[in-house]
Amino acid sequence: MGRKLLTEHINVEGIETFDVYRKHGGYRSVEKALKTMTPDEVVEEVKKSGLRGRGGAGFPAGMKWSFLAKPEGVPRYLVCNADESEPGTFKDRQLMSKLPHLLIEGMITGSYALGARTSYIYIRGELLYVLRILEKAIAEAYAAGFLGENILGSGYSLDLHVHPGAGAYICGEETALLESLEGKRGNPRNKPPFPAVQGLYARPTVVNNVETIAAVPVIVNEGGDEYAKIGIGKSTGTKLISACGHLNKPGIYEIELGLPVEEFIYSDEYCGGIWKGRDLKAVVAGGSSVPILPKELILKTAAGENRLMTYESLSDGGFVTGTMLGSGGFIAMDETTCIVKNTWNFSRFYHHESCGQCSPCREGTGWMEKVLHRLEHGHGAMHDIDLLVSVAKQIEGNTICPLGEAAAWPVAAAVRHFRDEFEWHVKHPKEATAPGAVYRGAAVLA
Amino acid sequence: MEPTTAPTKPQFSPAAQAEIKRLLSHYPADKSKSALLPILHIAQAEFGGWVSPEVQDLVAETLSIKPIEVYEVSSFYTMYNLKPVGKHVLEICRTGPCMLRGSDELTANLERITGAKVGGTSPDGNFTLKEVECLAACGFAPIVQVREKYYEQLDTPEAVDAMLNELRGQIHRPILSWEENSSLPNSLKNN
Ligand SMILES: Cc1cc2nc3c(=O)[nH]c(=O)nc-3n(C[C@H](O)[C@H](O)[C@H](O)COP(=O)(O)O)c2cc1C
Ligand code: SF4
Ligand code: FES
Repeated sequence: MGRKLLTEHINVEGIETFDVYRKHGGYRSVEKALKTMTPDEVVEEVKKSGLRGRGGAGFPAGMKWSFLAKPEGVPRYLVCNADESEPGTFKDRQLMSKLPHLLIEGMITGSYALGARTSYIYIRGELLYVLRILEKAIAEAYAAGFLGENILGSGYSLDLHVHPGAGAYICGEETALLESLEGKRGNPRNKPPFPAVQGLYARPTVVNNVETIAAVPVIVNEGGDEYAKIGIGKSTGTKLISACGHLNKPGIYEIELGLPVEEFIYSDEYCGGIWKGRDLKAVVAGGSSVPILPKELILKTAAGENRLMTYESLSDGGFVTGTMLGSGGFIAMDETTCIVKNTWNFSRFYHHESCGQCSPCREGTGWMEKVLHRLEHGHGAMHDIDLLVSVAKQIEGNTICPLGEAAAWPVAAAVRHFRDEFEWHVKHPKEATAPGAVYRGAAVLA
Repeated sequence: MEPTTAPTKPQFSPAAQAEIKRLLSHYPADKSKSALLPILHIAQAEFGGWVSPEVQDLVAETLSIKPIEVYEVSSFYTMYNLKPVGKHVLEICRTGPCMLRGSDELTANLERITGAKVGGTSPDGNFTLKEVECLAACGFAPIVQVREKYYEQLDTPEAVDAMLNELRGQIHRPILSWEENSSLPNSLKNN
């Protein structure tokens, strides 16, 4: 059994209330930080912990915090990214609704470290019911003196608010999120300037994922060095993995980084194997934006080593034979899954969610969706397959924000690893589009 | 000839006005436009599940911003309905993980049972069907969201019937604050 740093008490009756959370050691990090540490000392512990951003990019949190500009007399902000919209990812929703006080505790300790006097949790609008859970918990924290003026007599004051989005995947991108928090359309900003210098209301701002902030209390309580002992190499600590698709036990699992992928999929402690006694075909390991891998490559690297749940192991082989840990949205597909249909579905998602500012993304995602649609419906030609790869290439590196690449990479990877299945749709459209059709390997291609 | 009545200007209820006042206190005094998204949610809940041009103008007036600033935003975000909707809007997740667990079949069944097509409303005015992207509940697929409530694992006729029956008996009541909310999805109740 791995250690549970975030979710140890998640099933305790009433843990969503202040009193029960407090009884189980809650808010100790606020007491420790505000009474015995300077803000810089808190930042230092987070640096030592090796904690990496859990929202997808894996950027070291302590380093991000130390980059925050601190001009005299200018307010700065900590903004929590609770937009959780990356397909396959559903960990933050669960964490916030069951352990709202853990996020609030992390926001208080983090805001103290950064010198923020007002902080926001930006939550996707679909989760209005979670917003209400958070607001209730925030009201309790104010009543107990952990928020508001002069917290615990320390002289430090903080206001914390929850702000809803209204349905737009792009608002998970941090600068789009800030635009949205300012009451505008969610169009990503050109960078630089980075949010650390000009973020919310053009003030210095740190944006962190829910899970990143939720890891701060344990780091402050136990010390950054202790936290860094868990995991392997630069993948320290624990990670929430939201597992879905064709698994016997889909759900949210807190794992110690370094767990073998094979154990995660097949062990009864975790996903319990593939449903209906079927074989695994492919996995998208870190949310829909990361490259898909066939069974052989998700279980073992190209060099034949066991693939581990770490940032490094999952990206071993680059985009040729590897993928990314991303947000921890783990999507498993059984042997009956049509890769072409799945790729088309995701490309429709990205086309739908493109904000439309950059033409390579706006046009490219639309084009990919169209080509994939005709392939999936048996109207494609062989050159369509190469066309997909070429459109994906033209998007890469030519856009304001990474959504374009998030749309392009999965398509390129699907063609790379499952080209024969795409060809089958062209050569044998009748068979490939028959109801319940399942591609059974290159033998049928002849 | 039909008698014509001049459309009355919409007005926020006292409860909504109080909630708007609370929201405005969350942002710096010169940044009240930040409250636009949350206020549009309140407006949609208050005025029958959609935001008409008149309602959007009311929101603009409330925030002392130009109407165009509201239209720009309401047309960007998918949660705001810009056309009248049925009593209940069923938002069906259509994205990959839900598709893997039967969202296509769910949509087809909901169309058959309600008589509504995706994007439209059933003849009895009860149900509007809307396809949406990933709702962050992929492990409990397939999913439908109705206002603030998530209905999960709708992969059996019994689960779908239970949802529709529950909705048929419900009256529309705007939820404005956490004190009034009790719509936890199944996955959060006891696991
Ligand atoms: C299109 C797009 C969508 C994103 N969605 C999310 C999201 O839903 N949640 C999140 O935390 N980060 C998301 N990110 C990453 C954020 O831009 C940002 O890197 C992150 O919030 C930083 O927090 P972290 O360092 O703690 O991970 C997204 C990025 C892109 C490009
Ligand atoms: S890459 Fe796409 S989503 Fe990002 S800013 Fe450009 S058009 Fe918008
Ligand atoms: S794909 Fe439907 S909730 Fe994520």
